[in-house]
Formats: sequence, structure tokens, C-alpha cells
Amino acid sequence: MTTLLDVRDVSKRFTMGGLFGRRVVDAVVDASFSLSAESPEIFTIIGESGSGKTTLARMILGLEDPTSGEILFRGKKVDRHAGRAERLDFMRHVQPVFQNPFEAFNPLKQIERYLESTARRFLDTGDKAVIDRAMDEALQKVGLSLKEVRGRFPHEMSGGQLQRCAIARALIPNPPLLIADEPVSMVDASLRMSIVNLLKSLRDDLKVSVIYITHDLATAYYISNRLIIMQRGRIVEMGDARTVLEHPEHPYSRLLKASVLSTDDAGAGKLGTDPAMLDQANDSVGRAGELVQRPDGRHVRVYA
Amino acid sequence: MTQNNNAEILKVEGLKAYYQMNYFGVEREVRAVDDITVTMRKNEVYGIAGESSSGKTSFIKVLAAAIRPPLRVVAGTAKYNFASGPIDVAHATPEEIEAVRWKHLSYIMQGSMSVLNPVRRIGKTFQDFAQRPLGLKGAEFESRVVNHLARLNLSPDVLRAYPHELSGGMRQRVTIGLATVCHPEFIIADEPTTALDVVVQKEVLSLIRDIQKEMGASVVFVTHDMSVHANVADRVGIIYAGRLVEEGPTRDMFFAPKHPYTAHLVASLPRIGDRQQRPALEGRPPNLADPPQGCRFHPRCPLAVDKCRKEVPPLETIGPDHRTACWRWKDVEPLVNVSAPSGEMA
Repeated sequence: MTTLLDVRDVSKRFTMGGLFGRRVVDAVVDASFSLSAESPEIFTIIGESGSGKTTLARMILGLEDPTSGEILFRGKKVDRHAGRAERLDFMRHVQPVFQNPFEAFNPLKQIERYLESTARRFLDTGDKAVIDRAMDEALQKVGLSLKEVRGRFPHEMSGGQLQRCAIARALIPNPPLLIADEPVSMVDASLRMSIVNLLKSLRDDLKVSVIYITHDLATAYYISNRLIIMQRGRIVEMGDARTVLEHPEHPYSRLLKASVLSTDDAGAGKLGTDPAMLDQANDSVGRAGELVQRPDGRHVRVYA
Repeated sequence: MTQNNNAEILKVEGLKAYYQMNYFGVEREVRAVDDITVTMRKNEVYGIAGESSSGKTSFIKVLAAAIRPPLRVVAGTAKYNFASGPIDVAHATPEEIEAVRWKHLSYIMQGSMSVLNPVRRIGKTFQDFAQRPLGLKGAEFESRVVNHLARLNLSPDVLRAYPHELSGGMRQRVTIGLATVCHPEFIIADEPTTALDVVVQKEVLSLIRDIQKEMGASVVFVTHDMSVHANVADRVGIIYAGRLVEEGPTRDMFFAPKHPYTAHLVASLPRIGDRQQRPALEGRPPNLADPPQGCRFHPRCPLAVDKCRKEVPPLETIGPDHRTACWRWKDVEPLVNVSAPSGEMA
């Protein structure tokens, strides 16, 4: 099995403050996982704010250096300080999709300009016809077309359409890996499913692997193959999405699942979290423990 | 506390609020709220759902008596029936609004970071907000605030803190505290939990519910997240393109929606333990400066027929408390298998 992405014991520590009152924050502690090149999958990273999920994504994209450990993409180390040509080659294979599409696009420029500059750079050509074709192909993949998008400004489109344009931009160089950092949390509920279904079809039809970062357990269950749950920088549970979310084992995973608002008893007004569950979950914060494998294939962090 | 459960506290009738702009001689009119009629009762949580640019925020602005140009009330009334006397906020003078603000009519705002002044301690902010309506001074005011904060599981120390020193959940609890310290009769909560994590969101929601029950206040809860409505609201109203398209008891809305748009909103919620393919609603919300003819949902509606393109469906009463504006409401089916739990349904 060849690996597409290999994350090996990666940690990231931020130091804050100066001469007085120095403080360190361990954003990510010893994260390891790998994605296979043969079978594309949606790999989900779940965690609350401050759990280190975005830091991990930024390290995979090479925007941040790990403090220790290494990240290999197709056997080559992801290096922020690599030369321009090497960096461009990496970007051709790994593309990001960001949270808020209204911030990702320049409100004063037409949407196609953003797509165009990406196409120009990655196809390395100035030929208008080639660029147009690449743009149109990418937009077709997300259910839009160049005709619809041409000449329009970001404020003229809905959040869902704009997010699809952002995904189309990421698809221009035909990357095998997309990193989507909370792609649906800023999109309206009625349009959210169209983005989630799109990610699913990217995996199934175009064989693109997606690292899907979210705090929404329900969509994670809906589309992902495997997932990791992070708590304050540590992976606390990892494994097949169905197995883990149907029967979470770590106290923190259980708390997350219990906090998902269910519509099963709509109108009954049942709210409130079991305080014992909160205590148990908070108990594990900052403790090292170790990841052990269970018979059903998942990994869970246990504490001595 | 539950005296006269069905007494109306707010009656909105035929409310139309438009944004009227005149730039460089070009007149533009955006019909953000177009003929909404709704009543809200004492001691209930009324959920308002709708996507961005559906006009729900404009509607809330009118309810909160924050009508500022270019937003103008063109027709209709929004009458509150407060203990201090009735008031029509759509046409009230600033002095009349000042008299009910915070004491009777209060507002929990979205984005606690931008609500709290970053360079003022929380205690100062409390003074700015609540000292005048409460009419208390010094130690008396302080003890009232401290007692109220204790109710929200906040220690008195937060009064000495700056907003950035508190976590997101604590900040949101502080804004709830600000909105409820004067024991208002009517609270408007505009997306109070959107920026919060799941665990904290649940805590904050149950807190709002508890406070509401304790004070016997009415709450209007605005969010586009249907799963929040499922757990908080007694009744839910759906706004689409400036109009109320369906309203009903929460249970009915989830298990027997009678408007295709509601059916879609409910169906698009994935659940853990259920991998059915979820349908996505295509298209985009209409431009309110130039809304489609007839039913405004028809360009995106799978059930649309000729009549929908021409005539505006009226809001019909189809069951106890249940109203819908759809020509074909009898044909609306839940889109995915929502297994209704046992128990009676209207």
C-alpha cells in the first residue's frame, strides 16, 4: 500500500508572551495517521475550538512548521521553506477550502478572476482558451458552469454557490487531496447539504481524498469513512466513522455525541447535559495516556 | 407563573417593512418583510427559522423597535401588550420605546464579542445597560447583579473582568445576563448560539430555557439551525423571502410539515445512525428587490404547478395552531423517513 499522506508523531507548541509571563500552549500533541493513495476517502477531524484541528490542517498544508515529528506527502516531506518550484508542485497536489466563502473571495473582483489566476499559475500558460476550458471543467464538477459564473461578483451569489466556486477553484489543478476546514459552518442550513453531498461525490466519482474538518458530528457521520476526535491537541479516539460515532468509547467522544441536538423528540424540550459526563470528559484534559487498539479496529486513548 | 397561558403578548398584523433607498436618482425598494401576521403568547418560546436574506433579521428589527432608515414600516402594526400598557412599536415615539426597552422588551444579541465593549470591565457594561431601567444605585444595584449572575452560574469575579478574559460560553452567558437582569416580559434572541461549540451550545440553550420558565417570559428565538428549534421552541414559524410560509407546534413541524420548504429544512438534517441520502435544496433564495410572482418558493419547489406561478397562496389554518401558505399542502410528505416517536400527534 502506498500512502498519500503520512502524519508521523506531529506536535506543535506555540509560545506566547515575552520576557515576563511566558506561556506555552500545546496545540497538537503526537498526532499520527495516514491516508492511502489507492482508496480515496473522506477523513474527518472532529474537535471543538481550541482542540488543534485547524493547526493540524495548517501543518498539513505546509503553512506552519511542526515543532516535532514530520508530515510526508507521497513520501516527500512537507516543507514550508522549500524552493518555489517545489512548493508550487506541492500546492498542485494539496488544495485548501476555507470556512467562510465570503472572506475567501475579494468582494471587488469578479469570481472568475480568482479562478483564472489559479488556472494561470498551475497550468503555467497564458492561453485564454486553455484557461477557460480548465475553469469550466472545474466548475462543471461542482454543478456550475463558467457561463453562470462569468462576470458575477461574490455578493451576487448565495453562500452555497460561492462555497462551490471555492471548491471549484481548489479542483483546477486536479489535486488528489483537498483540505476542507469547516466548509459548511458558514453556509445556510438549507444549502449545507448541497456542499456535503458535493464532497461525497468528489470522493466517489473523482477519487479525491478529502480531509474534512468539522465540529458537526452529524455531517461527519453522514459522509466520512474514518475520523479522529481531538481534545485539546490530543487524539482521543480514532477509527471507522460508523463504529466510533455509534458507540463512542472515550468520555469526551461520548460527551460530544450527547451534545448533538437531536430532532427525534422535537418539541419535547429535553435539554441539559449529564454533569457526571462533563466531569469525566474534563478529567482527561492534559493527561497523556496512550492510544490502544480495540478489537473492532478503533484506537482509544486510555489513562493509567 | 402560568396564569393565563394563552394570553397574547405580541400581535403583529399585516406588517410590511421595506428598505427604501434612493441613490443617484435610482429608487430601489427591498421588501424585506412582506405582510407578516403572527401572534406570540405569554410564557412560550417561538422559534423563527429562515435562511440569510430571507428577511428574518429585518422582522426582528421591527419587533425590537430598532427601525432605522432605510428600513421603514410601510403598513401594519406590531402591538405588544405589556404590564405597563399596550404599545405599537412600529409607530411608537422614541420616548415610549425608551420606557419599555430592557424593562419589558429585551434582546440577546449574536456574537458576544462584538456586543461587549472590549475596553470596559463587565461590571461597567452592566451599569451602562441596567442601572437606569432598574433605578437602583451603588450596593443595591451591585447585589442585584451579583444575585442574577449567580443564577447563570457565573461568579461575581466576572464583573471585574474584561470580555477577552472570558471564554466564549461565559461571554454568551454574560450577554444573557445583561438581557435578563431587568426581568423583561419579552426577550428576542437572535442566533445566540451560532458561534459556540456543541457542548457549550447545549449548556447555553438549556440556560435560556430555564430562565424563560423561571421568569415566565416569552422568547422569540431566531436561528437557521432547525435542530436548535427542535429542542428549544414551543412553536416554530418559517420565513421565506419576507413571508411567513408555515407555522405550527414544533412537533408537527418536524414530523408532519405541510410546506415543501419546511419539509426540505427538516430533511436536510443528517442524524447519527442514519446514512440515508439526504436531498439538498437547489437554487438560491430570491432577490427581495425583485421577488418572483405568485408563491415565492415556486422556482425551487418540486411540487410547483401553474397556479403557484401566478397566485400568492394565503396562510391557511389547517390544524390546531398550524398554518401554512401552500396551494398543495395536502401533497406535502416528509422527504426522508423521519420516524415519529410514539405519542399523540396533532
